[in-house]
Amino acid sequence: MLTFEYFLQQLVTGLANGMLITLVAIGYTLVYGIVEMINFAHGDVFMLGAFSSVTTLQALGAQAVKRVANKDQPPIPETYLWLVVALITSMVFCATLNVLIERLAYRRLRRGSRMAPLISAIGVSFILQNVGIYWKGVSPINFPRYIPQIDLVKAFGIDSFVRVTTKDVFVFVVTVPLVIALTLFIQRTKLGKAMRATAQDRDAAQLMGIDINRTIALTFLLGGALAGAAGLVSGLYNNTAGFQMGFSYGLNSFTAAVLGGIGNLNGAMLGGVFIGILGAMSDGYLDARWTPVVIFGTLNLVLIIRPSGILGQDLAERA
Amino acid sequence: MTTSNASGDVVLDVTGLTKRFGGLVAVDSVDFQVRRRQIVSLIGPNGAGKTTFFNMVAGQYEPSAGRVVFDGKSLHGLRPHQITARGIGRTFQNIRLFTNETLLENVLVGMHSRLKSGPLASLLRLPSQRREEGEAREKGMALLHLVKLDQYANEAAGNLPYGMQRRLEMARALASEPQLLLLDEPTAGMNPQETVNMISLIRRVRDEFGVAVLLIEHDMQVVMGLSERVTVLNYGQKIAEGTPLDVQRNDNVIEAYLGRRHKRPGDEEADGGTH
Repeated sequence: MLTFEYFLQQLVTGLANGMLITLVAIGYTLVYGIVEMINFAHGDVFMLGAFSSVTTLQALGAQAVKRVANKDQPPIPETYLWLVVALITSMVFCATLNVLIERLAYRRLRRGSRMAPLISAIGVSFILQNVGIYWKGVSPINFPRYIPQIDLVKAFGIDSFVRVTTKDVFVFVVTVPLVIALTLFIQRTKLGKAMRATAQDRDAAQLMGIDINRTIALTFLLGGALAGAAGLVSGLYNNTAGFQMGFSYGLNSFTAAVLGGIGNLNGAMLGGVFIGILGAMSDGYLDARWTPVVIFGTLNLVLIIRPSGILGQDLAERA
Repeated sequence: MTTSNASGDVVLDVTGLTKRFGGLVAVDSVDFQVRRRQIVSLIGPNGAGKTTFFNMVAGQYEPSAGRVVFDGKSLHGLRPHQITARGIGRTFQNIRLFTNETLLENVLVGMHSRLKSGPLASLLRLPSQRREEGEAREKGMALLHLVKLDQYANEAAGNLPYGMQRRLEMARALASEPQLLLLDEPTAGMNPQETVNMISLIRRVRDEFGVAVLLIEHDMQVVMGLSERVTVLNYGQKIAEGTPLDVQRNDNVIEAYLGRRHKRPGDEEADGGTH
């Protein structure tokens, strides 16, 4: 095996994972940017997104699942339609859930101590995990194998150790447009402008005619929608889902957001891809059980050198 | 200005406005009116309740008692963004711009309540949205031109020197198309030349946009040079009201600012009797 090809292989895996981490990390960073709280329940919203995707896909294609399961064959054409339906369902489900959580568990605490919504978020996280257990049980469930694993490098006639499968491509096809759409939304639209203004000075934004409650709800809606998309894609990529996945993915994504500079959208993307690649490299060159050490060790290092994260602003600049 | 007394002429009508913070009465049943296109100053020593008064009019504080009627309608129970949409714009004593955004973006945020395009139209760049955005940018540039900042339109607001930030705040407040502009110490921290410029800017804004202006100000040159009426607060109570000249001569006002005059024997006659 060529060492460079091995490196490339890890890079592909890392990028795909990194994009998933990015989608979840954006949810953390958007919410932090606007209400300055870590939404600890965010990872669990992502988990329920994966669960809802399983339910949708099973309901839609109970027959087809058996036909394509465990075979590396191209899926039947209807599957694509179901995937789109499942994606939209999961996004809408998680967006609604996230907005409800904000409305019920955080809004009333907004004017209170900084600690109150944080603790409330941990409580919501427990509730969602138990909803997950109630819904799909404690043991990991199999995710329908709708995305076949076809090596595109070989399909193009290139003989290489590196495999770029349809699964990897699928991850990019879903995540990249979503991230671009979100960026455009925040940069170009009136509501995006309202979000930026609210993040910078809530009172001043209000006096510019911006409805703060709606803007904050919108932020949770966007973060939830991306988590829902990530739930579906990660399920299809890893072919498994379990109630603790919110915790593990959430931790990585939260780390990515902090590493990139929490509150900063570009930071979340940079951090997400960075953590994805770092994790894959550690898996490939060290050992998977060392990966958390590498990731959190790096986080510590970055925070010691640059406490506000790679792209984060100093508090003085923010004020 | 002085002839028309019709109620339709009053843009802001405040009666018995009161704000209590625990045992402290910051604003104590103040009655207050501003007419259309009028420039009115609110003055008083530090802690007199001026900014609290502003915050109640703008909806940031809920009054403990009393009512605020704007343009013939009560503002009771409205949230700040709804009050902005009704037509009250404001600036802050400590400038509060969106420092990371460009000057133009700051002004465009000010237009928030006047723009209609939804998120879908903006993302897809529909013709209606493009037209609206084009118009908004043009209007924004015109406002920046008015405050002589158009050449810095694409700079980040945080990079501006202080005096310019104050002018940008004014442009941003005007972007919401207010009928009443609340200016909290618009010339604070300015040098004499900047102050003179600000006075003429405020007057121009009133003349060109037809807005009424209510300002809090400590600089008596500004107050006397600009206002048609002056209201004086002290310890939350209105102690005087009238033309700048009336107020300058008012004993209560002099006492509030300079303290009570020591009475010596024989003063009673010299004063010509104070009671």
